Amino acid sequence: MEVTKVENVSRIYKVGKVETQALRDVSLGIENGEFTALVGPSGSGKTTLLQLIGCLDQPTSGKVMVNGKDVSRLKRNQRADIRRGTIGFIFQFFALIPTLTAYENIELPLLLNRENATARRARVNELLEAVELTDRAHHKPDQLSGGQQQRVAVARALATRPSLILADEPTANLDTANGKQIMELMTRLNQETGVTFVFATHDPRVIKYARRVITLRDGVVVENGALPTVNPGD
Amino acid sequence: MIQLFKMAYRDLGRNRRRSFLSALALGIGLAILMMMDSVIVGEMSSAIDAAIKLQSGDMQVRAATYNEDKTSLAWEDLVANPTAVADQIGAIPQVKVATPRLFASGIVTAGDQSVGVKVVGIDPASTANAPFQEGMVSGQFLTADDREGVLIGKTLSDKLGLQSGDTINLLVNTSNGDVASQSFIIRGVFNTKIPGYDETTLFMPLLKAQAISGAQDHASVIFINLKDRSQAQAVANAIKSGGYQVKTWQQLNQLILDTETLANTYIVVLYLIVLAITATVIVNTLVMAVFERTREIGILSAVGMRSGRIMTMFFIESILLSILGIGIGIVLGTLLVAYTVNIGIYIGNFGFTGILFGERLMGGFSLQNSINLAIMALVVTLIASIYPAVLAARMEPVVALHGGKQA
Repeated sequence: MEVTKVENVSRIYKVGKVETQALRDVSLGIENGEFTALVGPSGSGKTTLLQLIGCLDQPTSGKVMVNGKDVSRLKRNQRADIRRGTIGFIFQFFALIPTLTAYENIELPLLLNRENATARRARVNELLEAVELTDRAHHKPDQLSGGQQQRVAVARALATRPSLILADEPTANLDTANGKQIMELMTRLNQETGVTFVFATHDPRVIKYARRVITLRDGVVVENGALPTVNPGD
Repeated sequence: MIQLFKMAYRDLGRNRRRSFLSALALGIGLAILMMMDSVIVGEMSSAIDAAIKLQSGDMQVRAATYNEDKTSLAWEDLVANPTAVADQIGAIPQVKVATPRLFASGIVTAGDQSVGVKVVGIDPASTANAPFQEGMVSGQFLTADDREGVLIGKTLSDKLGLQSGDTINLLVNTSNGDVASQSFIIRGVFNTKIPGYDETTLFMPLLKAQAISGAQDHASVIFINLKDRSQAQAVANAIKSGGYQVKTWQQLNQLILDTETLANTYIVVLYLIVLAITATVIVNTLVMAVFERTREIGILSAVGMRSGRIMTMFFIESILLSILGIGIGIVLGTLLVAYTVNIGIYIGNFGFTGILFGERLMGGFSLQNSINLAIMALVVTLIASIYPAVLAARMEPVVALHGGKQA
């Protein structure tokens, strides 16, 4: 079953009188449980496509489906509701709330989902253990390394057990070792939980983890297929 | 909601100095308003009290044609047989004291200086004179049979360089339109602490005042003090007969009451202006916070926080800032109010016709007004914070995530 599908999607940004076409008539589908990379050079439309699938933005034309539901024309709060229950995000810049501890950052989506305290505590502890940060639970982001912050972001993305996790250049601000650690973590969580990961990157060291690679260039999908089998550990 | 409070509280703590200064601005504004309110409450209350005590009494009975603006001494404008009338009124149970008083215009001359005064003929034995007797600063009070003695206020005595025992010359208007002149000895000097009153009032025994002005057995008014001021209208109804004017303290001090109403109206406008200015500081702080935290707003939105909650978070920040500001305001305001209540603000000889001000503006404390002011400060700040809260809530997540720029 397709967790998300885009049909003939275009996105045009207007800045003053200047129009920039970020996506041109893109169509593709992502199946449940995929571990897919969106690749392409800077400005190719990777981030725009992630934002549209993630209900952060709306297409100028075309249709975006998430779990079979058309989300293209939903209102602001309806899109927030879809994101809260269905989609987790990992951003390049870690994107943690600086005033909250690691524990509280992971707990935030659960609070927004109105889960009870016992369930929240159990889930946050489970995730802290999964990302190996139990001992850093009560540290604020500025007391964590970049790699640790991104692991907190991964845990937060998984908190509400979403069906889809979107990661925009998740390793771009990390050194090689931390980048590798994050990709191995995402791979493991994909295999263990079956949650779908779609990540944008142009880093060849990251691309090799993907089981499917979609290549974009100038807002158009130029390749939509699977990579030859590679060993992520290489 | 608790999490929103926690986030809002911690967000304020990120820039403690800015948050504190914003709250301080609101606090100072509120404190100044509390002091202004205190002065108005206190001064209006003391102006009424002073006017009743010194000028109007709780009630007055006058001849039907008496016009206080003209200080007429024509017999037809005066109360005949005033002592008998006063005794009759004094027999009414609610009346504490009723005493005749005669008013005349006069000019005091001492050396080469002359000052216009209001000559008041009083029955020296009446308890209605207590405010003057208690305020004697030198000499002695008058006696009923004193034919040469007068009392003058401290301000007049200072102005003319006079003291008890000195002699003055007094010109007084008379009933037949002439002017009478006589030398008097200053028996004593009184101080009511109302400089405007003390400068323009001269007392002499009623009998002497009647004699020099030609009023004979007449008085301008029967001055009445009641046991309970709220009974004024009931007593007025009881004695309305015989062609007299009966005036209650409200009618006699209409100018002060109107001034109080006007002041209360103006002060509300002033409150709103001052609070709006201070609220602007808080709005500025919140707008800066919104722009500084644009990316975080995007993150909150990305994890599924609805616009309403984002707005609520900024409202909570505004409420917390307001509470801190109001707390500071109450502490500072209480100190200022305590100062105005206990020490007062020196203004010297200031006042205008019809309203008596003391040499110090003395405050009064109204808990109700202080609570109203604090609530008003909170409401004005909340209204003012609608803009930054809406600004945050209406940010498109994709724009906010890129720090306010289009992707």
